[in-house]
Amino acid sequence: MALAQTEEILRERPRKGRSRVVFSLDRLTPFLMIAPSVVLVAVFVYGFIGYSGFSSLTRWNSVVTDYTFVGLKQYRLLFQDVRFQADVRNTVVFTISFLLLCVLLGFGAALLVDQKLPGSRLFQNVYLFPLALSFVVTGVVWRWLWNPTFGIDALLRALHVDPARAGLGVITDTRTALFAVVIAATWQMSGFCMAMFLAGLRGIPEELREAARVDGAGAVQAFRYVILPQLNPVVLAAIIILGHISLKIFDLVYVMTFGGPGHATDMPGLYMFIAIFQQNLYAYGAAIATMLLLLVAVLVVPYLIWNLREEAER
Amino acid sequence: MPSTVTRRDFVKSAGALASAVTFGAGAVELLQACGNQPAPAASGTLTGNLEIFSWWTGAGEKDGLAMLYKRYSDQYPQVKIVNAAVAGGAGSQAKAVLTTRMQANQPPDSFQVHAGQELIATWVKAGKMEPITSTWNELGLDKSIPKDLKDIVSSGGDVWSIPVNVHRGNALWFNLHTLGNASPPTTFDELTSSLNSFKAKGIQHPLALGSQGNWQIAMLLENGVLANGGPDYYNKLFKGQGSFTDSKVKDTLTQMATLLGYVNPDHTTLDWDAAAGLVAKGQAVYTIMGDWAKGYFTNLTPAMAPNQDFGVVAHPGTKGNYVTVVDTFGLPKNAPHRANAVAWLKVVASERGQEDFNPKKGSIPARTDVPASVFDPIAQSYMREFKTNRLVPSSAHGSATPPNFASAVNDIMGQFAQSKDVSGTAQALQQKAQQFLTS
Repeated sequence: MALAQTEEILRERPRKGRSRVVFSLDRLTPFLMIAPSVVLVAVFVYGFIGYSGFSSLTRWNSVVTDYTFVGLKQYRLLFQDVRFQADVRNTVVFTISFLLLCVLLGFGAALLVDQKLPGSRLFQNVYLFPLALSFVVTGVVWRWLWNPTFGIDALLRALHVDPARAGLGVITDTRTALFAVVIAATWQMSGFCMAMFLAGLRGIPEELREAARVDGAGAVQAFRYVILPQLNPVVLAAIIILGHISLKIFDLVYVMTFGGPGHATDMPGLYMFIAIFQQNLYAYGAAIATMLLLLVAVLVVPYLIWNLREEAER
Repeated sequence: MPSTVTRRDFVKSAGALASAVTFGAGAVELLQACGNQPAPAASGTLTGNLEIFSWWTGAGEKDGLAMLYKRYSDQYPQVKIVNAAVAGGAGSQAKAVLTTRMQANQPPDSFQVHAGQELIATWVKAGKMEPITSTWNELGLDKSIPKDLKDIVSSGGDVWSIPVNVHRGNALWFNLHTLGNASPPTTFDELTSSLNSFKAKGIQHPLALGSQGNWQIAMLLENGVLANGGPDYYNKLFKGQGSFTDSKVKDTLTQMATLLGYVNPDHTTLDWDAAAGLVAKGQAVYTIMGDWAKGYFTNLTPAMAPNQDFGVVAHPGTKGNYVTVVDTFGLPKNAPHRANAVAWLKVVASERGQEDFNPKKGSIPARTDVPASVFDPIAQSYMREFKTNRLVPSSAHGSATPPNFASAVNDIMGQFAQSKDVSGTAQALQQKAQQFLTS
């Protein structure tokens, strides 16, 4: 507003002020304010994304930098690589089950807490606690919980619940190990979902619920046609936030399973780390990173487009 | 290399200038040093920092490193030692940090590296190391370090690093109380029949394995190849001159699949020390691991005594061979304090330095002339065998093969432990050998 006024005043001035208008401090200030972050983001985000993409097209696969252009060779190798194939499978399964569990559990918990039952305040806080931990801590804790000799399995054996499975753990079986990781991740992040849903529920004006009641809607109908549609943005935000965490997951699997047994819990982020820092395959690792970026883009770009459209409509 | 010579001269003259400026204090100390001990003539003049990079942060190894520092400080009191040790992941974190520094041309003065390809296929090939052949010859190390080991740290007619210790990879450990009257196995068939007999006695999983990270299974592979093919076959295979689809490798994989039938099913969640723990507790009889397992047994409370509570034989079929896992120190090009680093290499190579370091680390000296009296009985017999055995480099620990191959083998072995697919695994190994061993 102030800017527009200033401009008007400047425009009313005699002609010689014309160049002044273009370079006036008031006009420049906003640009100067955002310039540092634009430059930093341009260099350290987009610049390095570009550098990774470029590296993935070279044959730089040793500690000596080699920018010889080889086209899409690394990607061809990558798609033939059984480990990367397993990574993509694992990522998809992990992301879908992690998102489903988090959203459902978080939503359920939020509904419960929203009823303001006795003790719900305490539950709400306790349920949110794991969010304060880092994935490394979660990984270590759950590694021991799943350990067949010391953890949940040992407890079940001691209680004679399932003696047939003696010594065989969820985390040591290639078919179930991924779900051991999913459960650990859900344990940490579903509280976050609950907080988001709770905020969403509390944000729905009481008048809306009242209006539904007045119109003769039952509890189920009110929930289905009034409450749920109001929570759509929350669900979307939760999926975007948790989705990109889960696609890029590294620390949790690094400490919990290191991708094992076999490739059962291996993830692109972990493979990228190993390719670059243990095998010195820089171009190959950059190709994995680029694929990871594309994977996240598939999730985030539709959201951004939707967001922009919403804003345009407003 | 004329540039390094000028650099060395520059450092020397700078040191001399510095001593002249400080009222000749340096010269006084130089005289003292000469009077006190037969140290190298230039010792007292060394000043500045010495940054040593390693992943020795655990109990024992940390103490051994401190002993080396102390010996260095005694000789060169004016040098400030900067301990740049990076913890975590059995050196994998440290190697990642080192890579970044080397690529940015900011090397430490000297760094720990496994003997052989871990250094040669990476930093030597990249032209980032200075050969230390002249230091090697000046110290007369040909006389005290076995030729097999010198070959491992050499390439293109030059020596690239100084070995400080030797671990042994091909070892089968057992709890003597659990073993009872049975004699330890020396062949694969003896091992399986022994495992069977203990299974019949009610020990469900008599062979303990901790495979977290998978390198422990890669050790089973290299030990097995050595047992089935002998040292020459082993060396050729890991140089990329043999084939992993050969029957001897497949036999090894078949044997490994058999052995995996006797191991604890939770092995993927355990590391090697937890496996050694199963042996210590008598829940398993054997475990196959490098001789760092000895340190685990002797540091238990109550401690287990070597040859009384626990014992060791060579991995079945590999007697007479010593799979070496050797830590060395090298000299990066443009080391910021080159003269200090060369002095460090001399301390590391010295008889006294290795005598200080190795009992703490639980390894044996790379020199064969260190008195055996300060070592435990197992180390003493290893020191004897080290002199006479064929020494072969470990692939799993980066000596025989470049790190990228070792890492890929770990991955394949992790798969194999689940699938037990012999021919598929052999093919996968061969594919990685062609990718990483021939270039």
